Amino acid sequence: MSELGIPPAGNAAGRRLRGTWRGLRRFVRTQPLGAIALLLITTFVFAALFAPVLAPYDPIEQNREHLQGAPDGRFWMGTDDLGRDILSRVLYGARTSLLVSVATVAAGGALGTVIGIVSGYFGGSWIDTALQRVMDTIMAIPGLVLLLFVAALLGPSVLNTIIALSLLVVPSFNRVARGEMLRVREELYIEAARANGCGLWRILGRHGLPNLLAPMLVVLSLVFAIVMIAESALSFLGIGTPPPIPSWGRMLSEGSRYLEIAPWMVVFPGGVLTIAVLAFNLLGDALRDFFDPKQLR
Amino acid sequence: MSSVAAPARAAGRQPAEDDLLCVRDLVKHFPVTRGLLGRTVANVRAVDGVSFRIGRGETLGLVGESGSGKSTVARLVLRLLRETRGEIVFAGHELTGMRAGELKRLRRRMQIVFQDPFSAFDPRMSIADVIGEPLRAHRLADGRSARRRAGELLELVGLTGTDLDKYPHQFSGGQAQRIGIARALATSPELLVCDEAVSALDVSVQAQVLNLLRRLQRELGLSYLFIAHDLNVVRYISDRVGVMYLGQIVEEGPADELLADPRHPYTRSLAAAIAGAGPPGSRRRVLARGEAPSPSDPPAGCRFHTRCPAAFGRCREEAPALRAVGPDRTASCHLLERPGQEART
Repeated sequence: MSELGIPPAGNAAGRRLRGTWRGLRRFVRTQPLGAIALLLITTFVFAALFAPVLAPYDPIEQNREHLQGAPDGRFWMGTDDLGRDILSRVLYGARTSLLVSVATVAAGGALGTVIGIVSGYFGGSWIDTALQRVMDTIMAIPGLVLLLFVAALLGPSVLNTIIALSLLVVPSFNRVARGEMLRVREELYIEAARANGCGLWRILGRHGLPNLLAPMLVVLSLVFAIVMIAESALSFLGIGTPPPIPSWGRMLSEGSRYLEIAPWMVVFPGGVLTIAVLAFNLLGDALRDFFDPKQLR
Repeated sequence: MSSVAAPARAAGRQPAEDDLLCVRDLVKHFPVTRGLLGRTVANVRAVDGVSFRIGRGETLGLVGESGSGKSTVARLVLRLLRETRGEIVFAGHELTGMRAGELKRLRRRMQIVFQDPFSAFDPRMSIADVIGEPLRAHRLADGRSARRRAGELLELVGLTGTDLDKYPHQFSGGQAQRIGIARALATSPELLVCDEAVSALDVSVQAQVLNLLRRLQRELGLSYLFIAHDLNVVRYISDRVGVMYLGQIVEEGPADELLADPRHPYTRSLAAAIAGAGPPGSRRRVLARGEAPSPSDPPAGCRFHTRCPAAFGRCREEAPALRAVGPDRTASCHLLERPGQEART
């Protein structure tokens, strides 16, 4: 019973970190497309975080001498109908897009995952039935109608957009989390945990959640893409991010009027949005393949 | 079933105050439902009137084919399943119908070792976390103290503290089962339920783990409910043996006596199957014929009559009661009915 044989804790964390690093290297090797997507997303996040440093101009400063200027050496992406620098607005627009997406996915994802795990653990019982009927109700509401309703009721604001979108993404997370938990709860280690005296939350938090994180990561990535499009669509319709906050959707709607005389007003925000959404979709697909046990050799 | 169990209780060992576990008339039916409304169309009678007791420091072996309800008994005792009927008294506490909070306190005192240690461990947990979990769940230790205790337990089962930061898949089957035992011992239980704990191991490793279990029993005064399908293993470790067939105990008694001189035809067939000696022809006579019937539709009368080499008319109509067939021994067979006259097939 000597204590000498027991190494101190702490190198467990190091081991885990090395495991993550190895996993990342394997991901890059087996999923080149996913790795490119990951790189694009990292760039996108970087651009959003450091927009104030990177942007050459103030995104809402108007320049009367340079209305709808074509891209040149001074304004790389040109200027819009009020003479604002499009590159700066695209960079700041990334912030808005990222803020809304992250907040929505965090709030909706957390709620949906918790509901799904609890529902799955009690699969078949009245708790499961009650929770799933609530989810069905949310899914039955047309998304756009709910978003219009919230905008009309509470007025357009970033926070209201986040709230409405969060509610809409809850069922997506719920469905995957529940399905996975139905599988995990049959595992012997869940029964062992019960025999060991673990309570409900310890079982769900320590054994349930960690063992279904992989598929949740896939949903996360795909929902991220959907939310980005939804945010842009709402702003395009004028019920999302209110002006003058730069938003890709609003830039598209403003530029669509001048498509023939100033196409750069649409091309750049639209292109960046397309690339970002594509990257999240590709990452989601790559993660799904990566975690698919049939692909492991 | 009470009419069956009553004579058994009178005839078997006298109820003792120091019994750690006492199970009476335990019944577990799994309903088979069909259709939208969940209509119950049948019941799988996994456990159908099982009674036994385990004294402190004693080992009861439970043998039987797969599907005989052994594992269900284990899960009922540990309250991982809710019984349909019956009583389970553990250390003087009636477990059936107990509130969750009270049950959690008693859970510390009874633990389980599973057949497949690899699937009984969360693959994402290090060994320190695996063994420390019952301690944290019961708030007996946390952080450093849980880790120290986990290290001590590893040494107790013959591994070293340097294994603490490894993950389950890095161990061999025998080592993993030692870790399973270490985890089960974390809360210093009095009763250890071993559900086919060595069945998945190589024979040589089996012997090592069995010796470990015996040593632990000696050192810690543990009681075992030892479930297995291998009679040799059960004979080696058990003080007493209960033979299960289709959800019922058909014979029970001291391990050596029971296997040396089985009374129930089913026990005879099991004992003959492991004896290994003699030409095949001489063994075939006592072997049970065919497969065990489904527990969702057990045969009427004696459940063994469809396979029994000595079955006669009465066996098909009337279920035999458990009766004393010697000091401290019980069996249920019509052939054993008259005192002094033993079943000879």
